[in-house]
Amino acid sequence: MASSTLSTEPLEIAARLLELAQAAGADQADAVAVSSTNASTTVRKQQIEKVSESTARSGGLRVILDGRQATVSTSDVSDAALAETVETALELARVSEPDPFAGLADPKEQAHNAPQLALFDEQVPEVDGEQRLTRALACEDAALSADERIVNSGGATFSTSFSSFALVDSNGFAGAYSDTSASMWVEVMAQEEDGQLRNAGWSTSERSLHRMDQPEDVGREAAARALRQLGASKASTCEVPVVWEPRMAAGLAGIVAGAASGEALYRKATFLADRQETEVASPLLTIIDDATIANRLGSRPFDGEGVVTRRNSLVERGVFRGFLFDSYNARRLDTASTGSAWRSVGGLPQIGSGNLSIDAGEMPPEEIIGEVEDGLYLTTLMGFGINYTTGDFSRGAAGIWIRNGELAEPVQEINVSGNLLEMFQRIDAVGNDAQWFGATSAPTLRMSRMTISGV
Amino acid sequence: MSDTPADVIGFYSVQLGVDEAAAESVLASALERGGSFAELYFEHRRSGSLSFEDQQVKSTQASLSQGVGIRVVEGDAIGYAYTEDLSLDAMRRAASTAAQIAHGTTGTDPVDVTAESYPADRYAIASPSTSTPLADKVELLRRADQAARAWHSSIARVDASMVDEEKRVLIVRSDGRMVADYQPLLRFNVSCLSEIDGERRNARWGGGGRMGVTYFDDHSPESLAEEAARQAVLQQEAREAPAGTFPVVLAAGDSGILLHEAVGHGLEADFNRKETSNYSNRIGQAVASELVTVIDDATLNLSRGSVNVDDEGEVAGHNLLIENGQLAAYMQDRISSDHFGVAPSGNGRRQSFRHSPMPRMTNTYMTAGQDDPDDLVRSVDYGIFCKAFSGGQVNITNGDFVFSVTEGYLIENGQISAPIRDVNLIGNGPDVLSRVTGVGHDLQMSDGRWTCGKSGQSVPVGVGIPTVLVSGITVGGTQMQPGAGMSA
Repeated sequence: MASSTLSTEPLEIAARLLELAQAAGADQADAVAVSSTNASTTVRKQQIEKVSESTARSGGLRVILDGRQATVSTSDVSDAALAETVETALELARVSEPDPFAGLADPKEQAHNAPQLALFDEQVPEVDGEQRLTRALACEDAALSADERIVNSGGATFSTSFSSFALVDSNGFAGAYSDTSASMWVEVMAQEEDGQLRNAGWSTSERSLHRMDQPEDVGREAAARALRQLGASKASTCEVPVVWEPRMAAGLAGIVAGAASGEALYRKATFLADRQETEVASPLLTIIDDATIANRLGSRPFDGEGVVTRRNSLVERGVFRGFLFDSYNARRLDTASTGSAWRSVGGLPQIGSGNLSIDAGEMPPEEIIGEVEDGLYLTTLMGFGINYTTGDFSRGAAGIWIRNGELAEPVQEINVSGNLLEMFQRIDAVGNDAQWFGATSAPTLRMSRMTISGV
Repeated sequence: MSDTPADVIGFYSVQLGVDEAAAESVLASALERGGSFAELYFEHRRSGSLSFEDQQVKSTQASLSQGVGIRVVEGDAIGYAYTEDLSLDAMRRAASTAAQIAHGTTGTDPVDVTAESYPADRYAIASPSTSTPLADKVELLRRADQAARAWHSSIARVDASMVDEEKRVLIVRSDGRMVADYQPLLRFNVSCLSEIDGERRNARWGGGGRMGVTYFDDHSPESLAEEAARQAVLQQEAREAPAGTFPVVLAAGDSGILLHEAVGHGLEADFNRKETSNYSNRIGQAVASELVTVIDDATLNLSRGSVNVDDEGEVAGHNLLIENGQLAAYMQDRISSDHFGVAPSGNGRRQSFRHSPMPRMTNTYMTAGQDDPDDLVRSVDYGIFCKAFSGGQVNITNGDFVFSVTEGYLIENGQISAPIRDVNLIGNGPDVLSRVTGVGHDLQMSDGRWTCGKSGQSVPVGVGIPTVLVSGITVGGTQMQPGAGMSA
């Protein structure tokens, strides 16, 4: 099972689906298939809680018949099931309605010589259950033994995955790649004098084992975060500067990428509509989408339609540079794909980002905090309070209050709110401390003012 | 007609070759190293979706997902593996992988599997929507599209979709129990964009349940679409919400999301077994105002959160969680009920055969009180009235929870006044529930639109609540001086 060579199975499944679709009369078609082996071990209080290991594979097909489009998928990849799947696809396409924009990617844009992006770490499939267990135990142990006030645990998990993705289309594209990922996660609870618990988690996630944070460091970070929330109380309602720790800032990059979806633009459901090449943020803000960085979780040689991936500038020194597109939405808006289609076996391609990064600035984070007399250092956000159409942002939060340039007491059960366009304009400091969190890199950011709701 | 449990057992045997003998053989592999318990969860799920955009069908989709999830329990520890390949060899291999959680050298005694019958009647529907002709479904979407556009001239875009599935599950356990269920699910969604002088506002609405297209007998596509259009247009006039802590009146129905977050998750027994919930070790204690009684009920007819049996094979039921403010019980799965020495409550649920079960809510609601809903609004000088929501979240350990309001209004001098822009509310579970000072007589369940996420697993749920007055919740608006500039 542990093999660094490309699994040929997905490519075979995809090719079979395409062949059947063409034989059944589809004008155009593309087929995808995925196989993935996932294993994980969870410990809690230094005892095994759960061990799992499975291999999954499935195939999906899109057919276009007289401009009518349908998609189907199946986890049963027997010949009979694939044949039935193809038949269903054609039946569905016949009752669909013609869409002049439906179609495959332009072959000229596709990745016929896929770049090597070091997505597969041969060590990952070699990790066995014993090694997963050892790492999970070490991670949780470091958290539990960090301080006597750490009294409970939500558990620690170490998981590994290796998978292969294949895409073929009726224009002759055939591509496949394999990748790996490994991640580790822990959550622990610190106890107040009155018995109340404060929890915090930390994690690391990479394509390669050697890039992961050490289990002990992940555990200690989770413990430190739980401990620093001890004694948290509610802040007063006010308007103050807010310093976003790098992990929180990484979330902002994701919001921008979501608002920069070409489909959201088509639906006019984004506050970035009509704002291309205009200033939407402070000149300190630059955000890049790049799926071509070697060894990163958001990298891939070609997108979900076979289009070559690339580096897309989203925000450059405060100016919004443009939207992310798959082929379909690009055609609808008379522009070109940016290689941003993601394809799961079920459904049409969806627009998404590769690796996102907010460019680091010049200031050390201590200085960014040091300049704040009275404000919030934001470490936790809760809920889904983002309206992408208007840019209104209102979410639950917790963090540490800043007094006279120092991190003072922890706060919780507060709301932070504003409008994203105003918030981006109010970024007045960017840290030199950019860090990667999975597929996103971000530094500390400061906004000169946000509304805090509390008592 | 939807399948009876016997039909589902027949389906597995005839269509997929999974019968009692096969199950017994796979269970033998699962228990080859000892292990205190093993369970096989077979799932065969067909789903479809239709999306309608720019006044035409944009895409049609169908998918088939089938497989078996195999769980072996040894003490509190679980071994889990699944396979999509239902050949006996592949299933036995997966079973052997799951068996490794146990460390014995010999297997347990062979299991004698027996199909058990039970009343499976919570969604015995005449015709599942998966067998409704596509053309009929397209017509429902078209009607929604036309109704939304006709409702207001500012409706610039309408996106509508219909998603449905039929799931056949078969659960076989090492105690010999074999049960099956047929679970239909339908959801209809409409999203509307209102555009006036370049100002755009968006709203979504929808509903459904464990039913076929008879859902539309009581919920016309027009009414669902008009509701989405109404909310989008209303947002054009919305003003900034206030910042600070204010009285909040929650409208009957979807406001049940508050319960789901404020107490529901915290009462799931896995967190309480691990003592990581802020409700741990509090059975019998006051955790809410005496006005508050909360029930989790899987038996509601045709509801999105209902199940005949849970995903561990237990008949799901009606469970009292909080009675007059006092914590009565947690929601249990198999492992937690063993731990607490109580009967399983039928709350063991999972997203699919690729996931192991855990305690989850079904339909969670607060029972009706005595108050006139209008009186509750009239009692508030200045506060917020909440009617529609986009979602919520909770921190189980410290009890902080949030929910996002997409249709809300100011209450001024006892009257519902101006609509407010989207706003998040945050509170702490027991604290907010102790501040419930009024409960209406108008209990209402939400329409079937909610999906609950926990540890990466999504399951359909229902929520419900009567009109409720909470004396104070923190409102995350941007307006620092509430009431300023408004006439009293």
